[in-house]
Amino acid sequence: MLEKALKGSKKYWLWVLFLLSIIFIGFLCYLYQFKVGLGITGMSRDVSWGFYIANFTFLVGVAAGAVMIVLPYYWHNYKEYGKITVLGEFLAVAAVTMCILFVFVDLGQPMRVFNVVRFPTPNSIMFYDVIVLSGYLLLNLICGWTVLHSEYKGTKYPSWLKPIIYLAIVWAPSIHIVTAFLYQGLPGRHFWLTAVMAPRFLASAFSAGPALVLVAALLLKKVANFDPGKKAIDSLAKTVAYAFIINVLLFIFELFTAFYSGIHSHQAPIKYLFVGLEGHAEWVPFMWVATILAIIGILLLVIPYTRKNETTLVLACIAVFISCWIDKGIGLITGGYTPTPFETITPYKPTLPEIGITLGVWAIGFLIMTILYKIVLEVKSSKELVVKYEGVLYKK
Amino acid sequence: MAIKRRDFLKLTGLTLLGTAASAAVGDLLTRGEVKAQEYTSPPEALKGKRWAMVIDVKKCKEGQKKGCGKKCIEVCHYLHNVPSIPDKKKEIKWIWEDKFEHAFPEQADEYLKEVFKDVPFLLLCNQCDDPPCVRVCPTQATFKREDGIVMMDFHRCIGCRFCMAACPFGARSFNWFDPRPYVKKVNPEYPTRMKGVVEKCMFCYERLAQGKIPACVEACPANALIFGDLADENSEVSKILKERIAIRRKAELGTHPSVFYLID
Ligand code: SF4
Ligand code: SF4
Repeated sequence: MLEKALKGSKKYWLWVLFLLSIIFIGFLCYLYQFKVGLGITGMSRDVSWGFYIANFTFLVGVAAGAVMIVLPYYWHNYKEYGKITVLGEFLAVAAVTMCILFVFVDLGQPMRVFNVVRFPTPNSIMFYDVIVLSGYLLLNLICGWTVLHSEYKGTKYPSWLKPIIYLAIVWAPSIHIVTAFLYQGLPGRHFWLTAVMAPRFLASAFSAGPALVLVAALLLKKVANFDPGKKAIDSLAKTVAYAFIINVLLFIFELFTAFYSGIHSHQAPIKYLFVGLEGHAEWVPFMWVATILAIIGILLLVIPYTRKNETTLVLACIAVFISCWIDKGIGLITGGYTPTPFETITPYKPTLPEIGITLGVWAIGFLIMTILYKIVLEVKSSKELVVKYEGVLYKK
Repeated sequence: MAIKRRDFLKLTGLTLLGTAASAAVGDLLTRGEVKAQEYTSPPEALKGKRWAMVIDVKKCKEGQKKGCGKKCIEVCHYLHNVPSIPDKKKEIKWIWEDKFEHAFPEQADEYLKEVFKDVPFLLLCNQCDDPPCVRVCPTQATFKREDGIVMMDFHRCIGCRFCMAACPFGARSFNWFDPRPYVKKVNPEYPTRMKGVVEKCMFCYERLAQGKIPACVEACPANALIFGDLADENSEVSKILKERIAIRRKAELGTHPSVFYLID
C-alpha cells in the first residue's frame, strides 16, 4: 500500500517538499542544540521545561482525541464514522510520534535515552508514560493499517483485530491520565497540583483531537474529492462542542477554587498568566487570545446554523485547536514554573532555534499524516467512483 | 499465521502489563529507595542513618560581618568543580545565599521580613527524607542512600529535568552548556560534569567516606553550620534541635527536609 504515497499531483509534492524543507531547518537547529547543549533554548534554572514539553503535552491530547471517532464506530456501531475512523487512527499515529520526538529533543543527554528502559523505574510516572505512549502508537498503527489493508484487498478486517481495537479504545484515556499525573503529583507546583488536571486533559483532548480531524476531513473534501459524509461531520462537531465546553468549565472551576479560597499561592500563576504579576506579563496577550478564541469557538459551535455551515465550522475548529494549544501547551508549563520556588519570577521566552526545532517536529508529524492520509484516500477512491462535477460530488 | 499473530500480541500485552504491575507494587512501597550494592566503606568513614545539617542564621550573619567572605560557598564550589556561569538564568549552584522571603516565602509577612532583613539564609539541597526528586526520576540517576543522602549519578542522568520540576526548593541545577570552560580552577580529585546533566549538593559523600565532615561545615569560621546524624540521640544536631527553635523550608509539603534553620 505504501506505494500509493509515491504517486501524487503537483500540489501534493509541493506540500511534501514544503514540509521537508521545514524538517531540514529543524534538523539543522537540532544539530546545533546537540552540539552546544540545551542552553540554546530560552529555558533556565527556574523554568526548566519549555516549548518542547508544552507541545508534547498538547499533542498527547490530540493523539487520544481520535478515540472519540473510533469508539462510536466500533463500540456503538455508528456507521457514519466509517470513512473517518482511519483518519482518526492515523492522526493518533502522527501525534504520538511527535510526542515522542518532543520528549527526545528535550533531553540533555539524548544518547542515553535507553537508560529509561535499561533501568526501569516504576515509581516514576515517566516510566508509565513511556509504556502507554509507545503502546498507543503501536495499537493505532496496527488497527489503522490492518483495517485499511483489508479494505484495499476488498475484505473485512480479520477477527483477531477486534480485541486490539477495543484495547486501543480503552488505552486512549490512559495516555492523558498518565501524562496529567506527570504534573499533578508534584509538591510545590501550585498550578499543577490539582485533581482536575487529568479531567482537563481528557476534555481538551476530546475537543482538540476531533477538531483537527474535522479540519483535515473538510480540507480533504476540498482538495481531494474525499467525502466524509454530512452526518459524520455534524456528529463530530457536536463532540467537539461538548468536550470543549467541559474543558472551559473545568478551567473555570479552577478559577473558583483559587480565588474563592483566597489562597495566594494558587492565585499567583493564574494572575501571572492573565493579568501579569510583579511587572511580568510575558504571556498575558497569549492567554487572552486563547480566551477570545475559546469564546468564538463555543459560539460558532453551539449555534446550529454556524455549526452546520462548513466554513464557520472549520473556523470554530481552528479556534478551538489554537485555544487548547495555548492553554494546555504554553500556559500550563509557564504557569507551573511561575512563580519559582522562591516566589520570584523568571520569564521564559523560546529562542529562534528552539522554535525551529519545534516547527521541525510539527512538520514531521504533518508529513506522517500527509503520507498516511494520502494512502487512505487512494485506497478509498480506488474502491468507489466519485466524480466532482461543477463543484458537486457525485458518487456511484 | 493469523492465530500465531494473535497469540503473540496477546502474550506481549500480558507480559507488559504483568511486569509493569508487579514492579509498580513493589516499588511504590519502597518509594524508590535504592539498596547499596556490596560495598564496604573504609574503616575511617563517618557512618550515619540520617545525615542532617543545622544552620544558625544569626551566627552566619555575625560571621559575614567579621568578613568570612562566604567561605562555605567558595570552598564547596571549588572542591566540586561547580562552574561560575555569569548568566543568572543558566547558573549552577550547590550552596548559595538568599533572603528570608525567598527561602521561606510562605512565612514572610512584613514583620518577619523586617526581623530577618539582613540575615543571610544559606540554601542547599535539603536531602529530604521523602524526596520527590527521587520519586520522579525515570532512571534512578538520583537516588537516596541508606544514610539519607540524596545522590546524583552524573553518568546515568538523561537530562530530562523531571527532578527539577519535582524539587520544591529549587535545589537542582542543569548543565545547559559544557560547564568545563567555566570552572576557573579544576580540582582533580572530583569529577567535572558534561553538558546535559543535573547536579546538586550531596552532603560531601566523598569526604564522609574519608572520615571528614562536609567542606562547608569545616570552612565556616563562625561555626554557623553543624552537621550530624539525626538518628543518633546524642549527636550535636539532635541535641540542638531539642533545645532551640528551628524551622525547615516548606515543611507542609511533607518532603521532610534534613536541613534546619535556627532562628532564635
Ligand atoms: S531539596 Fe530538592 S533536590 Fe534535595 S532532596 Fe529535597 S527534593 Fe530532592
Ligand atoms: S534529569 Fe537526570 S536525575 Fe533528574 S529526573 Fe531526569 S534522569 Fe533523573
